[in-house]
Amino acid sequence: MSAIVQLRQRAWLPLSVCLVAATFFAVLRSGDDARAATPAGRSGEVLTYASPVEMVFSPDGARLYVLCQGSDEVRVLDANTFTLIQRISVGHIPRGFSLSPDGARLFVANSWDDMVSVIDTRSLSVVATWPVGAEPSNVVEDRSGKYLFVANRISNDVAVLNAQTGEELKRLAAGRGASYITPSPDGARLYVSHVYPNSTPHRTPPESEITVIDAARATVVDRIPLHDIAHGFHIAFSRDGRLGVLAELHPKNLVPLAHLEHGGAFVDTLMLFGPAVGSRPVEIPLDELERYAARPFGVAIAPDESRLFVSSGGSEMVTVIDLPRLLRYVRLHPKSFAEDLSAGANYVVARVAVGNDPRGVTFDPSGRRALVANRLSDTISVIDPRTSRVARTVHLESPKQLSVLRHGEQTFYTARYSFQGQIGCANCHIDSTFDGLQWDLEPDGFGRDIVDNRPIEAVKDTEPYKWNGGNPNLPTECGPRTEKYFWRSENYDDLTLTDLVTYIRSLPARPNRWRLPGGELTPAQERGKAIFERSVDKFGKPIPEGNRCNFCHSGPKGTGQKSFDVGTKKPTDNSGLLDTPQLTNIAITAPYLHDGSAQSLEEIWTIYNPEDKHGRTNDLTKDELNDLIEYLRTR
Amino acid sequence: MKKFTLLSSSIAILLLASAPLAFPDSAPHPASHRVHAASAAAVAPAVLASMPRYRFENFTTENGLPDNHVYSVLVDGDRIWAGTDNGLGLYENGKWKAYTTADGLAHRAVLSLALDKRTGDVWAATLGGLSRISGGRIDTYTQLNSGLSNDVVYGVSVTGEQVWVATAAGGCMLNLRTGEWSLFNERNTPMIEIWVYGVSATPAKVYYAVWGSGILEYDQKTHAWDKYEDPDGETEMVLFKDQGLIHEITTSVSYVDNVLWAATYFGDSRYDGRYWHNFLTKDSGLPSNFTNVVKGVDANRAWFGTDKGLAYYDGKNWAVYRPSLKDGKPEMLVRDAEGHVARVPVTTAPSHNYILNIDFQGNDIWVATEHGLSHGIFQHDK
Repeated sequence: MSAIVQLRQRAWLPLSVCLVAATFFAVLRSGDDARAATPAGRSGEVLTYASPVEMVFSPDGARLYVLCQGSDEVRVLDANTFTLIQRISVGHIPRGFSLSPDGARLFVANSWDDMVSVIDTRSLSVVATWPVGAEPSNVVEDRSGKYLFVANRISNDVAVLNAQTGEELKRLAAGRGASYITPSPDGARLYVSHVYPNSTPHRTPPESEITVIDAARATVVDRIPLHDIAHGFHIAFSRDGRLGVLAELHPKNLVPLAHLEHGGAFVDTLMLFGPAVGSRPVEIPLDELERYAARPFGVAIAPDESRLFVSSGGSEMVTVIDLPRLLRYVRLHPKSFAEDLSAGANYVVARVAVGNDPRGVTFDPSGRRALVANRLSDTISVIDPRTSRVARTVHLESPKQLSVLRHGEQTFYTARYSFQGQIGCANCHIDSTFDGLQWDLEPDGFGRDIVDNRPIEAVKDTEPYKWNGGNPNLPTECGPRTEKYFWRSENYDDLTLTDLVTYIRSLPARPNRWRLPGGELTPAQERGKAIFERSVDKFGKPIPEGNRCNFCHSGPKGTGQKSFDVGTKKPTDNSGLLDTPQLTNIAITAPYLHDGSAQSLEEIWTIYNPEDKHGRTNDLTKDELNDLIEYLRTR
Repeated sequence: MKKFTLLSSSIAILLLASAPLAFPDSAPHPASHRVHAASAAAVAPAVLASMPRYRFENFTTENGLPDNHVYSVLVDGDRIWAGTDNGLGLYENGKWKAYTTADGLAHRAVLSLALDKRTGDVWAATLGGLSRISGGRIDTYTQLNSGLSNDVVYGVSVTGEQVWVATAAGGCMLNLRTGEWSLFNERNTPMIEIWVYGVSATPAKVYYAVWGSGILEYDQKTHAWDKYEDPDGETEMVLFKDQGLIHEITTSVSYVDNVLWAATYFGDSRYDGRYWHNFLTKDSGLPSNFTNVVKGVDANRAWFGTDKGLAYYDGKNWAVYRPSLKDGKPEMLVRDAEGHVARVPVTTAPSHNYILNIDFQGNDIWVATEHGLSHGIFQHDK
């Protein structure tokens, strides 16, 4: 069976874009020493940087806990002097953490270990490690201390654990890519956002949700719909809980991406919800003309509720919003006005330049300082809310040398290279993965050559790139193509492009969650493997080589790196000849086929393979097709 | 092995038909010659007093039910779900809300419902796939977009992280943890026919009611399948009473307290793991052998939904609740262990004799019928 050629999602959206506009955008802003253009003397070493992503103050405000994703640790700092008190090793690639309501325990979600680390805040040591679901990204204990809730990004759910023993009690269905949990101020409910859009019919606007959990009953009681939203991040609440604010990304993926100057590819927005804004959520823009707030992520409301701070990873800044003015404006304009780039002038009071890829934002208990964790600068920006200026930049202990990989990663996550700083590679490759969307990339007419975005993990040595195989290597993919079609800006310099490509080539595959420990296969997976590798159909007839799964999807990554026509060409496609996609972690990258028309792996064969061009499959029973899919999930 | 292909096709239509066909309303109750007025009955007062009595409140489209043909009912605390021929109804705070295909429901006809008690999610078996209703969001699984064995889904039951499904092409199970679908059919189980009409799943055992193939048992611990068939073979005669399942044409199964209750169109059965006990109209209080549903309360008590009314069995005695077969007036009959029958004066009855599904809400009972949904409100003062 020649199979699965169209699994490939070759959009490669903003990958190539990151280089051109670096200098251009940097000069527009001040106070940003970490964002200078290509630095000299980059190291070829693989260095371990701190990479702070989240922070939380102890209840008494004396300590600051910093989650360092790069060094796999929690650092405990004196909250006033920022001197280091303790370094606590946790699991691999921690993504979220929180204190228990009494402050006695700190829970850390280790995303690549599928574990939660429990830290005793008196001894400052890990006292337990509990297994959870796939790619835990955030963790919150309920007020009563009965349940621990863990958002699992890959399994798209929230695990409910016994908060004392760590025993998993159940999992609640959440949005796709469930990642961030925020309790309401009274602790009665938990609000969960997700980073990938929920499934919707092909070529329709994305849909997301805020999953609302009753903390006492540990059940889902509501889902707040987020129309047109593809990626949700942190949520913050006002003290009385009447206002919730979600940082989110609103893509414009149904129209051609080719012209940033004609309206852009994304709107960087906040979703306001709760009684303070009425019965329906209201989406408001952070962007203003020529001042974009690319990739909003962290959000925090000042204790006196005068200010709302939002970090934007791509723009490397914090947007400061006058909250009372914003609410007055929303009451006058009760419908969403996400694409009105003049609206921000009514409530944005400052844009504060910080470090590279700012993530978590938090206020100290007094409200006199707002802190921002700059992941790719290894710094914390301390902002005075009264002046909206950076009062201090705290440098965490981390290598001083900027490595090639680090610079490549900075290039990947910044939006400074694109026209007006609108987008960066990470807009479409969320946390260096994918976005679950289909894009109209090429300037070949509306609705032509729609392509599904694909993940970039383990992408090394899978050239050529693009669904049509048009780019022979990553420097072409990330350089001229991205610069021309996405960034609409000047070129990367050669060294920056090299660093970007080096970073992308270094991305490993995430752990596969469908493989058993030790790598053996389940009986269903074994049966599926035999189907994948078969050369004779069920009627004893030889299957032509080009119609066998393992012919096109050969090699360790499941691609023979050649193009085939598997019968999936649509009237809007210029060609049916498609590059064979790799199968790495194929289970988690729905939808499928070159244009994302297959909502599930099953649909590739139940709907889109009527003539057996995409592998010989129509002789299979439903059980056998299920077995084949079980095997594919192990790739 | 017996083959019931033609017969099963006919009776499958009966199951979904809008009116009882096998036993016309004019047929007398098998025990009618022994019916007495309650006051003069030979039924002991203690037996009469022990039988639950209800005041039935009936819902139809006139008071908000999405459709009068109600296939299934599910109690979820104070919320009542009704699977109808035209959408899924939710009764909450005195009002009905309807979920339809426009909301993402797999099909308008909802044949069976199951509650995941851990998460509060509701699973709906429909004629077009399986849907999960979770916090208002509906996710639908079909034979095209998932590993579901067939879109005609007759039954669903949830235990732990397993969703067990009965379909027109065998049974299947979705593992919510791994997302893996396991299919069960003639190739990997003792199943002969693959029309699976009902399923009852527990952490220990799973039972499938298989059309023309009796009862299929799955042991969760050993992963082994077993099968229970009618020892009398294909005939409708009962040659070996209480020596096995009453008939191959099973429609419903309920496993409670390690006791299996099974319904067929030719009588019903109880199996405690060692002994079978069968129920027929001729020797029990069952109002009809044509039984659409059985729901065990515990090891000794069960409710039966037939084409001639709703029946309760307390281990010895029977009670039947229905509109009278003669005049349609509300009727409650009690039959004691000796076969004496008494009529209890009542003023309400389920909205129709053709009972399709049953669920419990504390002491109350909810009954899905061919024409309306009935809420039996337990009467403490008899």
